[in-house]
Amino acid sequence: MRQTIFTIAENTAIAPDIYRLVLCGDTSAITAPGQFVNIKLDGFFLRRPISVCDWEEGKLTLIYKVLGRGTQAMTAFPAGKELDVLTGLGNGYDMDKSGDRPLLVGGGVGIPPLYGLARRLVAQGKHPTAVLGFNKAADQFLTEEFAALSVQVIRTTADGSLGIPGFVTDGMAQAGAYTHLYTCGPEAMLKAVYGACRTSGQFSFEERMGCGFGACMGCSCETKYGAKRICKDGPVLSKEEIIW
Amino acid sequence: MVNTKVTLCGIELDNPVIPASGTFGYGYEFAELYDINMLGTFSFKGTTRDPRFGNPTPRIAECTSGLINAVGLQNPGVEQVIAEELPKLKQCFHKPVMANVSGFCVEDYAYTCEKLDREAQVGWLEVNISCPNVHGGGMSFGTDPAAAAEVVRAVKKVTTKPVFVKLTPNVTDIVAIAKACQEAGADGISLINTMLGMRIDLKTKKPVIANTMGGFSGPAIFPVALRMVYQVAGAVSIPVIGIGGVSCAEDVLEMMLSGATAVEVGAANLVDPYACKKIVEDLPRVMEQYGIENLRDIIGGARNG
Repeated sequence: MRQTIFTIAENTAIAPDIYRLVLCGDTSAITAPGQFVNIKLDGFFLRRPISVCDWEEGKLTLIYKVLGRGTQAMTAFPAGKELDVLTGLGNGYDMDKSGDRPLLVGGGVGIPPLYGLARRLVAQGKHPTAVLGFNKAADQFLTEEFAALSVQVIRTTADGSLGIPGFVTDGMAQAGAYTHLYTCGPEAMLKAVYGACRTSGQFSFEERMGCGFGACMGCSCETKYGAKRICKDGPVLSKEEIIW
Repeated sequence: MVNTKVTLCGIELDNPVIPASGTFGYGYEFAELYDINMLGTFSFKGTTRDPRFGNPTPRIAECTSGLINAVGLQNPGVEQVIAEELPKLKQCFHKPVMANVSGFCVEDYAYTCEKLDREAQVGWLEVNISCPNVHGGGMSFGTDPAAAAEVVRAVKKVTTKPVFVKLTPNVTDIVAIAKACQEAGADGISLINTMLGMRIDLKTKKPVIANTMGGFSGPAIFPVALRMVYQVAGAVSIPVIGIGGVSCAEDVLEMMLSGATAVEVGAANLVDPYACKKIVEDLPRVMEQYGIENLRDIIGGARNG
């Protein structure tokens, strides 16, 4: 974990209620895709935990969804504004377990951390497939960026307006054989993916957090190996430790 | 050169800044960021006889200038705390530490305190009596002077270390509880614990916290805590640790002027992991600003003259 002051380079809407926030600053504490950062907002007591979409030296890309007053306030942040950010939080995805043909399954604002993962898996010479689920065609984002990585992209929409009609599990059925599964999305989606998953896998969870770095025990969950803090021991849990 | 030292039941602290239990774990998350030996001491995560997962999630709700938590005393139980957490704590913190203890019956408190009494690094026991008494109809020990005194007597029998009793503010007369603890042999009083509160999620139209209610803490409760510290410190002769919404060196001075010998910092640690470091570093400058040479001289100063 590191506390860093970042400067906003870009904060733009990329889909209804979905924003891309590009920050300039020290990203050296970020060590794995699937980690998150915790942003201090003026006028709000708790920080806002946001997953890392992608990062490189000096540049951090986050994609957030407007869910309440805090994220609504974030949409007004202008370029050039400085933000107090705790970086390098959580465990992130373990890329060593991917095998040659990993399957990445994301729903809505659960998709962004899978992008940073996909880019790194491709760089390692792996052949990932991404199943990206949205409610409707107008909600889609990041799908072109995934395709630009030469990742096979399967899109699903709940209303059938784009790609395969239905849920990400309907997309998984079309994905062919895979070696390992990585997923992030709402808990109901994770549970369905868990049921459909035929391999080992890693599931990224979210929970209301106090601190985001393991001090308050606000976001604990029970696993087969005892209590884990989503913020510190997670947010990524392995399939075999999840109690479902 | 100002003097920030204070003495808490015969143990001298380099400064009165103490991270509060439940906001600082066992110290090592923070030791990754800075040398926590600069703190006066810290109160480690509340320990119970048996391991506890705590309450269902969500356990956290944001409020204006604070938060509600309903963690529910998650901890691995006293045996594992001693076997696994205290050795790790010892590697990053070399001063006497405060052991925070909770229980659900008088015997629980005595059992846990007796175990922790044998730990050399434990300088003080801080007994949290805000928990429900399962043999007393679920009412908190801390809301009844007789029940609070009973816990204190049981704990004092099993330890020679100074015992601080951490009081809940959710009572009509906190002074009566504090006096009962002093009469039962308590060596000090810590106050306040969190205030009972709740939030409702307008999307679901249900409470945000799974347990409906939780403990409200943060800068918003500072004036209430300061008032209660003032009332209790004026009514007992044992030292008082002031807790509740402290977030800066100025707050520390206010707490001490109201009668606190030392000060705990809670919610501030959760939003700024460097909060206590900044307070310790700011303290000499702020003391100079207000013409204070010896911090211990100002304890209770708001009452005199």
